[in-house]
Amino acid sequence: MFEISPTEWTAVLLSLRVAVIATLVATPFGIALAWLLARRQFWGKSVLDAAVHLPLVLPPVVTGYLLLLTFGKRGLVGQWLADHLGIVFAFRWTGAALACGVMAFPLLVRPIRLSIEAVDRRLEQAAETLGAAPWQVFATVTLPLALPGILAGMVLGFAKAIGEFGATITFVSNIPGETQTISSAIYSLIQTPDGDTAALRLVIVSMVIAMGALMASEWFARRALLRLHGN
Amino acid sequence: MLRVDIAKQLGEFSLSASFESEGRVTGLFGASGAGKTSLINVIAGLLTPDRGSIAVDGETLDDTAAGVHVPPHRRRIGYVFQDARLFPHLDVRQNLDYGRRMNRLADDPAQRRRVTDLLDIGHLMDRRPGKLSGGERQRVALGRALLSKPRLLLLDEPLGSLDEGRKIEILPYLVRLRDEAGVPMVYVSHDAAELRQVATQIVMLQRGRVTSFGGVKVLTPSPR
Repeated sequence: MFEISPTEWTAVLLSLRVAVIATLVATPFGIALAWLLARRQFWGKSVLDAAVHLPLVLPPVVTGYLLLLTFGKRGLVGQWLADHLGIVFAFRWTGAALACGVMAFPLLVRPIRLSIEAVDRRLEQAAETLGAAPWQVFATVTLPLALPGILAGMVLGFAKAIGEFGATITFVSNIPGETQTISSAIYSLIQTPDGDTAALRLVIVSMVIAMGALMASEWFARRALLRLHGN
Repeated sequence: MLRVDIAKQLGEFSLSASFESEGRVTGLFGASGAGKTSLINVIAGLLTPDRGSIAVDGETLDDTAAGVHVPPHRRRIGYVFQDARLFPHLDVRQNLDYGRRMNRLADDPAQRRRVTDLLDIGHLMDRRPGKLSGGERQRVALGRALLSKPRLLLLDEPLGSLDEGRKIEILPYLVRLRDEAGVPMVYVSHDAAELRQVATQIVMLQRGRVTSFGGVKVLTPSPR
């Protein structure tokens, strides 16, 4: 029963790769956007804010279809990227990572934004009077003080990315070894006669990953808090 | 030398101040709500004046007519806030070193030694701000501002958050600072007794206007 087959391993490793890449690539964008939303006033801010949250409220199938239209082989952006940079998303694992990244983005941005808003602006002013240019203030004061929120956002984003199903399967389909993540593998197995035990194995694996991620995030958060307020 | 001639509207409050000071310590005196903190925030560059100009040692830092506004980080003006504002994620050593790092100044152990001795904070180096007393925190904040090598030091009620006992503990350091550090200061306070001990010149501020200017004598209420 606990003999995990090579195809199942492929799905597990692919899921991990997709979720890790999606989280790591989305994080810098998430931090930049969170800072913009927390600290700047500009025209169209509320529209941007709403757009960021859109994947959270849209049906995942819709998000997946929109990605297909934009980043697919004939999509506006997809075609340009393929022609000029040789980057292809359609029916590749990179497309799965893109779909997961987009779906995880609102969950990633929110805690980061809240933690940046919680950073005392008076400390940022103090840094300015000590000669820190705006980017230095950000790097040496805002960012380290917002670190617990950034880690929380990354964990939430990772959790969303590893469980993502609807947008991924719509955008890049369910190709074993290329775009078949744990979720889509379980889905396929449930559809197959005698797939139950294999599905159950993957269910257990995904629960182990989820528990591991949660415990790791607790540990990171505690360490970050100690670094900030401890002695 | 500090030359200030500015106007700034802050909601209902209008600040309009003009003075020139050569003094080693310019005391900015006035009741709370007189606009003292707003005025030094303008000098520090944290607020932009609506109209007017500011110059330190002949260098223009603000001139609304010419469209000049030097941002705070390029002014080389140190600021000691009433609430110290030490960085909680850095220990005392890193806090003290912050200004030097940001300005990419060469390491100057002799200067660091002089400042830490002057303020008696050498034994606190490895502590975090959370583990310091109010007086210690304020001394570290003074040291941090001094070590960024400012050409002017602004002090906003540096004793304001301390109780009487702590004030008496810090005051001698401020007097030593005035006599030994060689950095001109603008010292904000609503306490005439405090300013008499530290300041060499007084700018009196009332409801956003400079009402008198001169030696420490102006602190004595004129007989009616």
